[in-house]
Amino acid sequence: MKSKEEKVKIISEEFIDDGEDAEEERQKKPLKIPRQKRKKQLPTASREEMVLENSPVDDQQEPVQKGPDTRLLGMTSRRGPRSLPPIPSASRTGFAEFSMRERMREKLQAARSKAESALLQEIPTPRPRRLRSPTEKESETEFGTELDREVQRTQQDHDSQGHSRVKFHDSVRKIKSKPPVPPGFPSAEEAYNFFTFNFDPEPEESEEKPKAKNRHGANREEKEGEEEEPPVQEGDEEEWLDGKDVEDLLLGLDHTAEDFVAVRPADYQSVHVRLQKEKELLFVPSRRTVPTYKKLPENVQPRYLEDEGLYIGARPEVPRTNQNIMENRLLTQEPGRRWFGDDGRILALPNPIKPVPSRPPMLTQEQDIKAELETLYKKAVKYIHRSQHLIGSGDAPGNFQLDIDISGLIFTHHPCFSREHVLAAKLAQLYDQYLARRQRNKAKFLTDKLHALRSAVQMGLNPAKTPKTLETTPKTINEYKSEIRQTRKLRDAEQEKDRTLLKTIIKVWKEMKSLREFQRFTNTPLKLVLRKEKVDQKADEEAYEAEIQAEINELLEEHTEEYEQRMEVYRVTLQQWKAWKKAQRAKKKKKKQEAEEHPADEEREEPGPGEEPEKPAPPEPVDRAVIEQQVRERAAQSRRRPGEPTLVPELSLAGSVTPNDQCPRVEVMRREDIKRRSLFLKVTFNNKEVSRTESRPLGADFRVHFGQIFNLQIFNWPESLTLQVYETVGHSGTTLLAEVFLPIPETTVVSGRAPIEEVEFSSNQHVTLDHEGVGSGVPFSFEADGGNQLILMTSGKVSNSVAWAIGENGIPLIPPLSQQNIGFRSALKRADAISSIGTSGLTDMKKLAKWAAESKLDPNDPSNGPLMQLISVATSGESYIPDFFRLEQLQQEFNFVSDEELNRSKRFRLLLLRSQEVPEFRHYKQIPLYDREIMEKVFQDYEKRLRDRNVIETKDHIDTHRATVAKYLQQVRESVINRFLIAKHHFLLSDLVVEEEVPNISILGLSLFKLAEQKRPLRPRRKGRKKVTAQNLSDGDIKLLVNIIRAYDIPVRKPTASKFHQTSRSSRTFTEKHAASPTTHSPAHSADYPLGQVLVRPFVEVSFQRTICHTTTAEGPNPSWNEELELPFRAPNGDYSTGSLQSVKDDVFINIFDEVLYDVLEDDRERGSGIHTRIERHWLGCVKIPFSTIYFQARFDSQEDEKLLQATEKFRAECALKFPNRQCLTTVVDVSGKTVFVTRYLKPLNPPQELLDAYPNNPQATAELVARYVSLIPFLPDTVSFAGVCDLWSTSDQFLDLLAGDEEEHAVLLCNYFLSMGKKAWLVTGNAIPEGPTAYVLTREQSHYLIWNPCSGHFYGQFDTFCPLKSVSCLIGPDNIWFNIQQYDSPLRINFDVTKPKLWKSFFSRSLPYPGLSSVQPEELIYQRTDKVAAAELQDRIEKILKEKIMDWRPRHLTRWNRYCTSMLRHFLPLLERNQEDVEDDHRAELLKQLGDYRFSGFPLHMPYSEVKPLIEAVYSTGVHNIDAPNVEFALAVYVHPYPRNVLSVWIYVASLIRNR
Amino acid sequence: MSKLCWTCLSRLFLKYYDYIFPEYDDLYCKYCFVYGQDWAPTAGLEEGISQITSKSQDARRALVWNFPIDVTFKSTNPYGWPQIVLSVYGPDVFGNDVVRGYGAVHVPLSPGRHKKTIPMFVPESTSKLQKFTSWFMGRRPEYTDPKVVAQGEGREVTRVRSQGFVTLLFNVVTKDMRKLGYDTGPPDTQGVSGPSPPQGLPR
Repeated sequence: MKSKEEKVKIISEEFIDDGEDAEEERQKKPLKIPRQKRKKQLPTASREEMVLENSPVDDQQEPVQKGPDTRLLGMTSRRGPRSLPPIPSASRTGFAEFSMRERMREKLQAARSKAESALLQEIPTPRPRRLRSPTEKESETEFGTELDREVQRTQQDHDSQGHSRVKFHDSVRKIKSKPPVPPGFPSAEEAYNFFTFNFDPEPEESEEKPKAKNRHGANREEKEGEEEEPPVQEGDEEEWLDGKDVEDLLLGLDHTAEDFVAVRPADYQSVHVRLQKEKELLFVPSRRTVPTYKKLPENVQPRYLEDEGLYIGARPEVPRTNQNIMENRLLTQEPGRRWFGDDGRILALPNPIKPVPSRPPMLTQEQDIKAELETLYKKAVKYIHRSQHLIGSGDAPGNFQLDIDISGLIFTHHPCFSREHVLAAKLAQLYDQYLARRQRNKAKFLTDKLHALRSAVQMGLNPAKTPKTLETTPKTINEYKSEIRQTRKLRDAEQEKDRTLLKTIIKVWKEMKSLREFQRFTNTPLKLVLRKEKVDQKADEEAYEAEIQAEINELLEEHTEEYEQRMEVYRVTLQQWKAWKKAQRAKKKKKKQEAEEHPADEEREEPGPGEEPEKPAPPEPVDRAVIEQQVRERAAQSRRRPGEPTLVPELSLAGSVTPNDQCPRVEVMRREDIKRRSLFLKVTFNNKEVSRTESRPLGADFRVHFGQIFNLQIFNWPESLTLQVYETVGHSGTTLLAEVFLPIPETTVVSGRAPIEEVEFSSNQHVTLDHEGVGSGVPFSFEADGGNQLILMTSGKVSNSVAWAIGENGIPLIPPLSQQNIGFRSALKRADAISSIGTSGLTDMKKLAKWAAESKLDPNDPSNGPLMQLISVATSGESYIPDFFRLEQLQQEFNFVSDEELNRSKRFRLLLLRSQEVPEFRHYKQIPLYDREIMEKVFQDYEKRLRDRNVIETKDHIDTHRATVAKYLQQVRESVINRFLIAKHHFLLSDLVVEEEVPNISILGLSLFKLAEQKRPLRPRRKGRKKVTAQNLSDGDIKLLVNIIRAYDIPVRKPTASKFHQTSRSSRTFTEKHAASPTTHSPAHSADYPLGQVLVRPFVEVSFQRTICHTTTAEGPNPSWNEELELPFRAPNGDYSTGSLQSVKDDVFINIFDEVLYDVLEDDRERGSGIHTRIERHWLGCVKIPFSTIYFQARFDSQEDEKLLQATEKFRAECALKFPNRQCLTTVVDVSGKTVFVTRYLKPLNPPQELLDAYPNNPQATAELVARYVSLIPFLPDTVSFAGVCDLWSTSDQFLDLLAGDEEEHAVLLCNYFLSMGKKAWLVTGNAIPEGPTAYVLTREQSHYLIWNPCSGHFYGQFDTFCPLKSVSCLIGPDNIWFNIQQYDSPLRINFDVTKPKLWKSFFSRSLPYPGLSSVQPEELIYQRTDKVAAAELQDRIEKILKEKIMDWRPRHLTRWNRYCTSMLRHFLPLLERNQEDVEDDHRAELLKQLGDYRFSGFPLHMPYSEVKPLIEAVYSTGVHNIDAPNVEFALAVYVHPYPRNVLSVWIYVASLIRNR
Repeated sequence: MSKLCWTCLSRLFLKYYDYIFPEYDDLYCKYCFVYGQDWAPTAGLEEGISQITSKSQDARRALVWNFPIDVTFKSTNPYGWPQIVLSVYGPDVFGNDVVRGYGAVHVPLSPGRHKKTIPMFVPESTSKLQKFTSWFMGRRPEYTDPKVVAQGEGREVTRVRSQGFVTLLFNVVTKDMRKLGYDTGPPDTQGVSGPSPPQGLPR
């Protein structure tokens, strides 16, 4: 058991340490470090050791014998390792304390051992073994050991910690066996006991480990902890004392902390010390009141501004203690006294809280509230869009507006007033007066002023207090005194008034009450309540008495002064008198007796130098008692007696009016009479009636609410403005009650700022009524005997406000001042600024300031606040108040360069224009990095466009009207595009997210049906191509596919009678070919020609974007090519977005040519060996398909009536569900971009009279002519003009103005003409061959239907196979829309009878009747004749231009013109215009006759005139100029035929002539 | 045509996608770039689709694509700096390919290696019923064009739900930025030696 000894050795060492100083501590270090290491080895302790240890436990289990021993040991050992014996005097804890702990520990120890023994006794079996002496341990069997271990396990409940510790010690013991064992140490048993009991000292040492293992011994640990606290502290203190060697301490701190320091008690400082310290640090302001002198600079008396009569305002309420604390704090913290005012109080602003709420009063009656909340219907005004561009109308000058707001009318007397009403009105008036007076509270104000003045006087009299104002004192005091006098008089008067008013109110109320009692019913809800406010009797009395005393004193003083003055006068007069008397006496000594009597009379009169000087009597001395008597009397009269409660009347409408059935008959009659009466006001301006209010019934409370605002648009300065009050009784006439003159508002009064004013009126009418009503102008009495009569006149108040309106741009609409009659102004008054300097003076700041200074305005009074501020601003001159405010005031900080510089930079400009989506730059890519790399020409187009916006260019158009139209179209287009650009940025969910629709029954059914569908049906249907998203397209990716299938009825060459050579000719274009009724085509197939003869060899050439493809050449008039042509497509700027694709203006031209082979071989000899032919192609016709038709996407905006729109949506959805391919047209977009229901476009409109007169007896011919007229209006597809935006419909007048439009406009106009001609006509929407979705016109003749193509003017029978209209989806009439719900949509196969609901689904039906939509069309169209001279001029110019062009196109060849032929053609063209088809044969014959030896190839072109360019294009596309035969000659003739309204039909005849050999 | 005077060559390598969706597997990813008008791709594919990846078997259950993308852009203007738009698709319970997330991020401005984690989201159905039917039919709401996620316009009308994240690793090289007055971070070093060697999964 060496280790045991070793441990003891350590203990002894540590004991030594305790005794020693820090030097020993150093020695300790090396010792501790190894120990630390050893502890780490703890887990390695062997099992054997544990067994060995277990046996000695037995000893420990005999507390009775070993108890004291072990306890002693344990005690020492417990202290041992801590090495802190309490003996050293250095310890702060006293010995007593220590012994206390000692005792405690002993007790605990005892308790513990007792508990242990008790526990052991409970376990019977192990005991005998344990009772064996320790000496037997060598011979102990394995079994016994095991038992022991068991026991120990049971013990662990209490002692697990100890167990671990035991293990620990063993290991320590084992390792630390090196040092020699000093002799005389305790025996092994003792040592063992020591160790086994030695758990106490170490819980901290190995705290972490055991805690983690087991927490069973928590209870004990706590106890131990308690025990151990003192030693720890000691250790701590020990270390504290070692402060000298800080380094050592720090080095060893880790270990020391582990070994010695464990728990420290909280530092404690005695309360006194703490308070002492706190006193140094903390400051607690006192709550005591600070004496005033501390708060003011030295030797300064507090000055009370309020007492000096200045306005101070009520300070916000702060508790006194808080104020004191604050004052104390301020005084201590900041010795400067800037926080305190002159009166020694903390500076404070007046309480800003208003006593009354500023919310406008709500009217109590329910119906009034409703009237206020009522929404007013204002009819929408249609905005005329066109004027925006064509006519710029400014506001007419002299357009001013006066807003008159008439809110209501209140009668203060009315004939229908009952007696009670009279009293009520009186009471109400008095009460109003009372309220007004109370609000002003003049008496209080004057009283306060009086107080202030008095104290000021007192101060002035006491010069010691106010040395500063010493000089001015006598003067000011006198001033004060006189003011006091005045103020007092005023105050008394006011008080008296208050009192009388109150008395009157009470009196009237009493009268009213008695009246109500007398008549046994109540008419008015008025109720007066007198509220008593109790007052402090004593204080009140004192104040009263003090006031009286003060007054008496003052009066006394006053009187004394007066007395003295009189005395002065008296003395003077007396001396004069004496002198006079002397003289008198000298003169008349005899009359002495007489003279002596006189002064006695004179004494009562004022002493003054009389004519006849008499002896002045001395003035009576002032008698205080008399004055007091007077004062008291007055006070009793006018003032509230002391202690008497203050009476506050409150008038309310809380009373109830007796219902009709409880009133006597006369009263009921009166009430009935009131109900019959109604009132209205007429507004007269300069004695002219301008408007009148609605007639409103008179209420039972004699109030009428109008609430109307009249906006008077005026031109002249108002001279007078009058309201006339009219009353209507029952159904009889109206009577003028009174006229109310309204003041003309000042120029500064503008709408929104004008207050509601009440203007009184009264009438002199005499009314006597046969019921309770008292009447007007007739005497009546309240008393039974009819005494004390009253005569009241009808009177009342109109509440209104008049103000100048403010225009749209914020400028008040006020006539200039020059118009005003500047009226006279009242003389200067001091009280009112406006009357003294005039209203215009209000704008003259200097005058205003002067006036303010003169009138001694109280600058502190809040009511003068704005004025004073204004004056101070205006007069200071320096402060500049801008008359604007800045929006985005931070913008400047973000401007990194100035705007000019930004504009100068080409790059920024380009970026800016691009981001604004200016069309020229919208798709600009890769803006160069440097300015220098940007070419100036980039902007040229844009700038040119900007410049030209307002310049009408006539060069390109020849005709000015068309130039204007083009400009207008451009502008409309821009505005519409801008509108849609904005709309394009508004997205719907469906634009962004693809989502499956909610499946409904039909879809579900369909999908179910699909399951059963054949996978590969025998007759497959065409499935729509999947839409390609334009994400990643580049040039060449898109191709235009044109399928040329076949052609019908191609005109054939007609051989001339004499010549073998054929002359190709075509008088009609390809499209026109179908136009004429089929019968006209039959000659083409006439059997005149030899069979098998090839009459025509047509081929088709398709050109798009300068790329040309053509088919092979077929033969015969009905060729079939069945070829697919592929044309590459390039989008502008390589931008394949939808918007840009839609703006592609390129057209697809499909030209059909006749290939003619000419044998050029002139020598017959060579015919055998070779054939030389020249291929000539002759143009037969052309189809022009705009690209926009191919790529079409429509998008609509909506603005019609909501209900109708919903219906259209529903209609469309229903139609789309059934026939998704049939377009259902219900709403269209008009020129201003608004959605309009389509039937509004259809309305009978008159065609030009000229056309109607042409064939008076042939309606069919007239119809054809009208159709031709319509077709002559140039065609301009919307998709091109409003690129990618929408399909705009213009009205017929707009269309005729513009002279351009697409199929819809043509169709609408034609339909309207037909309607006016009495035909049954509808608009047909559907698909036609070249146009795609389009509109045609359907008319019903007697037995059949005709389909009119509005753009070509041709008509077709319903069963005409050549009708270009291929499908019909909708019919539109002026009052309904019918959707085709038949199985087929081809016009050949459908029935046009719209009355059959099974075939046609009508929009307006019984469930949704036609609401009578007004038409958007004009009433009538007006036509002006076109100038024939201008047409001729135009004709010449076109001809010249075309000739030049043809010559230009043939740069390598000489172009010869055949004049003869030209003139012949020129004659021929008007014939063509007149009777289009019929002249053909004659014409041919004549031509052949005239041009005998020429091979003639030519054709007339006919088109409506829009501008020159299409004409040139048309001529070019015929390819006439391509003939390069050496001897070719040309002929060109132009004819322009004018139709009304500048509609021009242009004919061009182009021909090539080759002279035959 | 204006001369292009500087080039911003951004060469980014999507080293891997680390797409952590709780219950999704077998996902693939489409990418495309959205850039302003002044930008033009000079090399590489600006649109593409990745292979299908399955969940890793380790505890992270991450979906890793390790799909490289190599694109070069040039531009005259930093406005419209390219953004990469990702859309992730995968089969749902019924085996229909549905969208699992959209996300977009700007290509980092400064040269060097950047790791970006993009939160992904999908548009929500407009109603509960539609949500059910879309789930049932396997036709979830999708953006008409995935590029809309790279812009703000029109997004206010959509409602989305977030699901998962995608991690991208960019290796960005710029050229002549500094010369043209755009300082985007560390100096342009001469001869930046391509992307660094491929790395394993991130810690």
